Amino acid sequence: MADREALIRLRNIRKSFGENTVLHGIDLDVHAGEVLCLIGASGSGKSTLLRCINHLEVPDSGRIYVGDHLMGYEERTPGRLHELSRRKVAAQRTEVGMVFQHFNLFPHLTVLENIVEAPLRVRKLDKSTAIATARDLLQRVGMSHKENAYPRQLSGGQQQRVAIARGLAMRPKVMLFDEPTSALDPELVGEVLDVMTGLARDGMTMIVVTHEMGFAREAGDRVAFMSDGMILEMGTPTQVLSNPVHERTRAFLSKVL
Amino acid sequence: MTSPRQTVDADTIVRRPRRWRWVGIAAVVIAAVSVATNFITNPNYKWDVVGRYLFDPRILNGLGTTLLLTLVGMVIALAVGLGLAVMRMSKSGLLSASAGAYIWFFRGTPVLVQLILWYNLAIVIPEFSIGIPFGPTLWSADTNSLITPWTAAVLGLSLNEAAYLAEIIRSGIVSVDRGQTEAADALAIGRATSFRRIILPQALRVIVPPAANEAIGLLKYSSVVSVIALPELLYSGQLIYSRTYETIPVLIVVCIWYLVVVTVLTGLEHLLERRLGVGFTTGGTTSRRWSRWLIAKR
Ligand SMILES: Nc1ncnc2c1ncn2[C@@H]1O[C@H](COP(=O)(O)OP(=O)(O)O)[C@@H](O)[C@H]1O
Ligand SMILES: [Mg+2]
Repeated sequence: MADREALIRLRNIRKSFGENTVLHGIDLDVHAGEVLCLIGASGSGKSTLLRCINHLEVPDSGRIYVGDHLMGYEERTPGRLHELSRRKVAAQRTEVGMVFQHFNLFPHLTVLENIVEAPLRVRKLDKSTAIATARDLLQRVGMSHKENAYPRQLSGGQQQRVAIARGLAMRPKVMLFDEPTSALDPELVGEVLDVMTGLARDGMTMIVVTHEMGFAREAGDRVAFMSDGMILEMGTPTQVLSNPVHERTRAFLSKVL
Repeated sequence: MTSPRQTVDADTIVRRPRRWRWVGIAAVVIAAVSVATNFITNPNYKWDVVGRYLFDPRILNGLGTTLLLTLVGMVIALAVGLGLAVMRMSKSGLLSASAGAYIWFFRGTPVLVQLILWYNLAIVIPEFSIGIPFGPTLWSADTNSLITPWTAAVLGLSLNEAAYLAEIIRSGIVSVDRGQTEAADALAIGRATSFRRIILPQALRVIVPPAANEAIGLLKYSSVVSVIALPELLYSGQLIYSRTYETIPVLIVVCIWYLVVVTVLTGLEHLLERRLGVGFTTGGTTSRRWSRWLIAKR
């Protein structure tokens, strides 16, 4: 497990909200180009784990590495972690893209403006480069025809595809997806999963919290089952989804399949 | 109970009589006609006097003072109110409580009293100085030279108004979905940029209507500065009729100007609301943007 080559390395991540311990010392490695699907019952800590990776949530203890960066801290002397300034945390976050269950597009900006906002203001790209990149991404997610629309004028599936393009515009090393299709009408799920499958095929490193077992089977390199703040079982989709070892995994799968 | 389709298609709908609506319309028409007749036929309004004073330089000066007082007061109040709103939302109990105390005091005391207190500040604090507490003084001035009717009026009106705007601004900011901040954070957009570009434009939709109401309120209650002898619109009128006894015509002139300004303000507010609403209605895609910095269409 503790191999140095992994792009994302989580070491003993603990997190509580008050009395409620949500993550009980998680260890996890995700390699470059790998697609890891996180499954598990509601409340098992999947979102919290994902949000720790880009420091939207700050773990109580443990370390998270994305590439060479120790997220949120600087280890000036061994064992002493100094909190980084907001600016430096932001710089680390540019390596990690995130897609939310409820899309969280900026409603007052057009599709194109949503995508170029961060590249222009954070990456300080010049306008024409940012717009050209944004148009490429829109093409990739099949949304070129809507670049001047406002998010509210789009269907949920279209909004989520724009949100994926927005995340990709920062050229992250890894993309995190938190139940990207859970808020969608059933007939719109496919178009979003297609885009994600395409991304996976192009070699993007992805961590995907999902209840879409079909996607996990097809696009996932590994599946991790979370229960009560622990990763109970992890392996290839066939291992975890078809031949689960743990009783709880079996019970969970019998409910969602 | 079901009738054949042909019959259904041929149905005529007989509207139920709306008797009370007609009573209401009649009452309004009668009232409007009698008010209008009174305005036209009653010589006591002295419309010729109204016409004479409408563009009187003293009145126009007063109007200018009122406008400037409202504008400067509102700008300062917005800045202070924004600061208070941010403090109020701070996780620091001290910051939040001090903003709360400010709002409590300024909302809890009459603005008239606040004005008089500011104007008489020299009685309490004869000298104003900036320096290190118990250390050397860097700058000091006689309070009487700092507090003119103008500064007292601006301070009194804006600091009071800030207390109201603080709550309006705060409720606007909290109305924006948390997901927006998270999305901005995840995109590594810095705090200041995220506030200015993402949160504020959305919060303004909620802030503008009540803030515009406050601006109109400020426009009118700025007339209380007459107590510290600052000739704004109403006081300029009073100065005229106290000598000529043409009370009613001059007050009509004053009201006409207030109505003109309020009408213009209301129009501006509607424009602003329209522009801020872009993206929030599911109308056409062609509506113009509020800040159109991105018309780089190849
Ligand atoms: N900001 C928060 N404050 C308090 N409790 C939280 C917060 N976020 C999550 N939790 C709690 O942490 C637990 C795990 O939540 P979450 O990570 O969202 O689970 P999942 O995504 O697997 O459904 C839940 O019991 C939830 O109530
Ligand atoms: Mg969740």
